[in-house]
Amino acid sequence: MKNKDGISRQIWVFFCSVKLTVYILVLLAVTSIIGTVVLQNGSPQQYVNLYGEGIYNLIQVFDLDDMYHAWWFLLLLLVLCINITVCSVERLSLLWKTIFPGRVRFNVNRYLKSKSSQTIDTTSSVKPLLEPCESWLAKQAGPVIRQTDGQTTYLYAEKGRWTRLGVFVVHASVLLLLAGALIGAVFGFKANVRIDEGTQTGRVFESKTREPITLDFIIRCNEFDVSFYENGAPEEFRSNLTIIEGGQESLTTDIRVNHPLRYKGINIFQSSYGTAAPDTVTMQMVDNQSGAEILRDIRIGETIDLPDGAGQFTLQGFLPHFEFREHDLGETFFGLVTLAGETGFQIGMPIQFPTFDKMRKGRFTFVVTDFEKRYYTGLQVTKDPGVWYVYAGFILMILGCWVTFFMSHQSFLLTLSPRETGGTRVVLSGKSSRNSRSMTLKLKQMATRLENQLNKGE
Amino acid sequence: MNSAFALSSTTFLYGLAMVCYAGAFAFKKKMPATAGFYVLAIGLVLNTAGIGLRWVESYQMGIGRAPFSNMYESLIFFSWTMTALYLYVEIKYKEQGFGVFVSPLIFLAIAYASFDPSMSAKINPLIPALKSNWLIAHVVTCFLGYAGFALAFGLSLTYYVKPGQPDQNSIFSRLPDGEVIDELTYQMVVFGFLFLTIGIITGAVWANSAWGKYWSWDPKETWSLITWFVYAIFLHLRLMRGWHGRNLALVSITGFMAVLFTYFGVNFLLSGLHSYA
Repeated sequence: MKNKDGISRQIWVFFCSVKLTVYILVLLAVTSIIGTVVLQNGSPQQYVNLYGEGIYNLIQVFDLDDMYHAWWFLLLLLVLCINITVCSVERLSLLWKTIFPGRVRFNVNRYLKSKSSQTIDTTSSVKPLLEPCESWLAKQAGPVIRQTDGQTTYLYAEKGRWTRLGVFVVHASVLLLLAGALIGAVFGFKANVRIDEGTQTGRVFESKTREPITLDFIIRCNEFDVSFYENGAPEEFRSNLTIIEGGQESLTTDIRVNHPLRYKGINIFQSSYGTAAPDTVTMQMVDNQSGAEILRDIRIGETIDLPDGAGQFTLQGFLPHFEFREHDLGETFFGLVTLAGETGFQIGMPIQFPTFDKMRKGRFTFVVTDFEKRYYTGLQVTKDPGVWYVYAGFILMILGCWVTFFMSHQSFLLTLSPRETGGTRVVLSGKSSRNSRSMTLKLKQMATRLENQLNKGE
Repeated sequence: MNSAFALSSTTFLYGLAMVCYAGAFAFKKKMPATAGFYVLAIGLVLNTAGIGLRWVESYQMGIGRAPFSNMYESLIFFSWTMTALYLYVEIKYKEQGFGVFVSPLIFLAIAYASFDPSMSAKINPLIPALKSNWLIAHVVTCFLGYAGFALAFGLSLTYYVKPGQPDQNSIFSRLPDGEVIDELTYQMVVFGFLFLTIGIITGAVWANSAWGKYWSWDPKETWSLITWFVYAIFLHLRLMRGWHGRNLALVSITGFMAVLFTYFGVNFLLSGLHSYA
């Protein structure tokens, strides 16, 4: 048993040390850099292209492709949490009696030696000074304790004893922040969805895994709007959404960037937009043998006959971005051309490049000449039940830092002793739990005010 | 007067202040430093006017936005926060010796904004993500934090170049003594730390309202956290392990390097959500 006690004590002492805190913070700072330099959440191919096979293996072993969720990074955070907790428990148990004393006491000797003490000599005797001094000190700091050893009278007062708790508030806030982040990671999600204007969906897709998540309600996009500045930069994206719950329209509202919709714990953000597939397009088909041109409207998915029984054409679909030989050709329609007696082949018809299909040099050339432009809205849909813990942590951290850095436990001692030549010597000394330099300044100012007060009284 | 005139005059005045402080340092005289103080103060007035006028001009152009949204504007504001904080410290602590190390930082920031040809002084409208009331809170607090760290850096340099016991004729004799520098560095780090904390927090709250995620390990976010760690280390070393002097000054210098990388390096070398600033 004794041995076990020894080990647990050693573990306690290990986690108690501020040296450990400093090492952990250094490690966190240094390792955090990795994630800003190494590509995060890329595809294996991207890593091999960027860093080569060998380094990619290394990246995988240490999870550097998802650095901030790597086991060893989370372990560092865990050690920091234990360190903070153990340090705080240890220090708080040491400071408990100081912060919450049963009875406030003071040790005269600790004040008498202070170099920053201020001395005021008066001609009055001690007794008439006691009352004004006491009420002045009470106004400066709080209830006054009076002590006397026959000749000398000591007046003591203090304020801000509770401010010693500030540092524990800061440390608690760090734990609260990390707890909130954990709750969000476990019980929340971050997903995306694209909704074409006029359509609706109740399913969104987790951002990383692309797993579908079914919501308790349906989102309909009634309309999407984008406006541009004169220089071509987007000014505003706006989606008009309706929430449908249990078959009932329960809410219709606009969302914009920075103005999300929060509905029953789910947050809906405007994140992107694009051109949605239209219903109908106008197509031009040129017969390069006869020179005949046919213009007609066609729906996506529809199949039409080519002239003279030459074959069939099917308008298959639409892509907002068509990658062709590493170039983005933009909005592009796709079709399947099946000439009589042959197997079909696919063609692309980029809107921005009407002659694209001509370059194929087939018998027929196909061009989409017109289509009704429709947008889709790209929404980010998130749920984060931990966010309130994080926000509470934010508030506590600011308050705690403020108290810790700018407030202090201050105590003041006035000694009134009769001078040999008659009159009284009043000495003001003080102590502060922080920043002794500004305490000296403060004592000087206080002494000046006290002197004025006493002079007025005479 | 328009903002361009006010800001170019500010650049000139900050440069002049730098010369004054350098003269005071080199010739061991008090007078040029006092002159430097007043030149800086006039510079601050013009700097303030420049920022205010730019704000007004954006409304006249029909754009209407706070002038805190790109590299040019943030550098101008950085000069402003550094000058305001420096003047406050000089008044409150009656120490002007380290102005020689701070005024070049103030001048460099605004000179970089004014003279780098790649820096656009045009007032452009805001992209949708920047249209938020959090913009002002975030930028103001971050740059107050940066200013605290910049002054701490200036003080740490002072500590570093100054011999322990400079003799009366040395040019270092007018620099504040070690204990004062040490204490002031601590005060500036505390100030910077509090405002960096608030800056990161306002940024997180803003991100949560724009993108639905208060933290996404974006390079700028990560680097601001790294900076925060370095100064957290500084505070623990000083308050808990009793570090003072040269070693602590080194930590403060490291911290400011992290600030500079967060501010400039991330924009130039890494891509992310802050690429517009």
